[in-house]
Amino acid sequence: MYAQMVKTDAARVRSLDEMEPVERAFQERIDAGQKIEPKEWMPEGYRKTLIRQVSQHAHSEIVGQLPEGNWIGRAPTLERKAILLAKVQDEAGHGLYLYSAAETLGISRDEMYEQLHSGKAKYSSIFNYPTLTWADIGAIGWLVDGAAIMNQVPLQRCSYGPYARAMVRICKEESFHQRQGFDILTVLCNGTPEQKAMAQDALDRWWWPSLMMFGPSDDASVHSAQSMAWKIKQNSNDELRQKFVDQTVPQAKFLGLTVPDPELKWNEEKGGYDFGEPDWAEFFEVIAGNGPCNRERLEARRKAWHDGAWFRDGLAAHAQKRQARKAPYAVAAE
Amino acid sequence: MSSEWPLWEVFIRGQHGLNHRHVGSLHAPDAEMAIHNARDVYTRRNEGVSIWVVRSSDIVASAPSEKGPLFDPANSKVYRHPTFFDVPEEVGHM
Amino acid sequence: MKTAAVASPDVAEFALRMGDTCLILGHRNAEWCGHAPALEEDIALANTALDLIGQTQLWLGLTAEAEGKGRTADDLAYLRDSSGYRNLLMVEQPNGDFGRTVMRQFLFDAWHLPMLKALAGSKDRRIAEIAEKASKEVTYHLERSSDLVVRLGDGNGESHARMQAALDFLWPYTGEMFLSDAVDEALALAGIAPAPGSLRPAWNEKVARTLADATLKAPESSYAQKGGRSGVHSEHLGLILAEMQFLQRAYPGANW
Repeated sequence: MYAQMVKTDAARVRSLDEMEPVERAFQERIDAGQKIEPKEWMPEGYRKTLIRQVSQHAHSEIVGQLPEGNWIGRAPTLERKAILLAKVQDEAGHGLYLYSAAETLGISRDEMYEQLHSGKAKYSSIFNYPTLTWADIGAIGWLVDGAAIMNQVPLQRCSYGPYARAMVRICKEESFHQRQGFDILTVLCNGTPEQKAMAQDALDRWWWPSLMMFGPSDDASVHSAQSMAWKIKQNSNDELRQKFVDQTVPQAKFLGLTVPDPELKWNEEKGGYDFGEPDWAEFFEVIAGNGPCNRERLEARRKAWHDGAWFRDGLAAHAQKRQARKAPYAVAAE
Repeated sequence: MSSEWPLWEVFIRGQHGLNHRHVGSLHAPDAEMAIHNARDVYTRRNEGVSIWVVRSSDIVASAPSEKGPLFDPANSKVYRHPTFFDVPEEVGHM
Repeated sequence: MKTAAVASPDVAEFALRMGDTCLILGHRNAEWCGHAPALEEDIALANTALDLIGQTQLWLGLTAEAEGKGRTADDLAYLRDSSGYRNLLMVEQPNGDFGRTVMRQFLFDAWHLPMLKALAGSKDRRIAEIAEKASKEVTYHLERSSDLVVRLGDGNGESHARMQAALDFLWPYTGEMFLSDAVDEALALAGIAPAPGSLRPAWNEKVARTLADATLKAPESSYAQKGGRSGVHSEHLGLILAEMQFLQRAYPGANW
């Protein structure tokens, strides 16, 4: 997912009876479906875990601008160019909303950037794969955004108010993202043989990394159990992956594309597809920084930050000057 | 140097004459730029007709721990709500 | 009263100049997407680029209509070589640092807005309609770009130096906006578009005031680089088109 394998610092999930009264009251509110708001008491572990999760999510949006941004200049029609630019711009917006949500937990955006640039913070493994053809832009919208939505829809109900509200806004805005990807592929699949081959090639390359987005099975993970108890994670990784496969395979059929999994088979009994296991060795390599594009993605982000320092500082200096001159602002107060 | 631009809370009045509503936050060097940024960040889908920005650090909030004393007393004043009163059907709409 | 003009090569040419300039500037601005100095700026510049691409569709659509050759706006954007492009040289220059991008946007907006305001009174209804829609967008572009120029020029030592360097670099490209040729003269005479020179005073005034607030100094030289409107471009446009037109060229006739 956009936040993968988030650690919680928990050794095990404790029962209500083991908690101090204040923590117990906190947990009971979560159990009752109430929202936790900034500045309310929260266990340090909850706060830290949320910072990790929300900032990882934000980093994913920002780094996620890069593979798609790579094709804005080459979008094949004026309309496709505008749509893609608007979509990548939305991702910047989503990053901004999420950073803001994390900032309510007592960390600054600059600190989070620092964690990203130093390699301390992670972002989703998926954005370390290259976009080699126009069909990849379709595949990202269809598969990657499709997988993200699967995770983000339940997060609208998560226990932390600012995160939940950011998710509501993001889900609303993102509803066009998956469709535009599917639309790109629909046109390619109805196009020339070369275009259709381009679409199949994109599915071949993006299928497995998309399944990896959900992370390895976490049925035995104490971190996942704790995150679920805190309601900052709603479904297990396997559950979401299954849902994603069940939703996506018929769409691939509609496009006339073949999912690159020889083990893929409808299982009548469970009412879902059986499918093969992603290459988790590859996943851990990508997470560790050895994916095809890790280095250039981080380098691009660092460069943008470093090259923009003079701009941010110059504007800050001017704002200080104005403050000193007590220049009147046009304050909106209608 | 690189001190971070301050954080601003953004309030937008939607199309339909409702109150300004909190929509999120952003960073900007000062109030005027915060308005510009709010326009670009939070009205990309034609959401607003008016923007307020307030420095986050200037927001004064009620303490969460006082939630009970502040808000529970209103629960008992049911007579403030119109449904508290029975109006005989013959009287018609009131 | 506005009356619809009949299809004319002059209108087609004029819309092509406007459309190409919007397209290439929109393309250049979009190059910043994901790489801008702050998230808020990343989003804001993408808005400007989106406006410009939208305007491109309108202008090139008008060219397609007015030339009557059965081409579409996309055909015009994706299937002409650089010698067929009519954009201003300024917009095809590489982005440079963010300051140069901001300065270019300002120098362009300060011309673009008076141009659109004049075009809103065009005797060609189609031109007037496009101009009316675009001028709302461009009013905001100018507000934002002029504000940034002032703030960065009058910011700290480094931002001032960078903005001055940007101005010095771009200055020779500004003169082209006010040059006139036979097409311009015919259009001005017919009340379809303003004579380019007539936009000079408004531009001079806005630029002078903004640069003064920004504590920046306009170069003395008035030498103007030119050629964009006759299809003689800098080396950069060919590279932009190589990128932009890649798919249409590599897969001729395909739908996207």
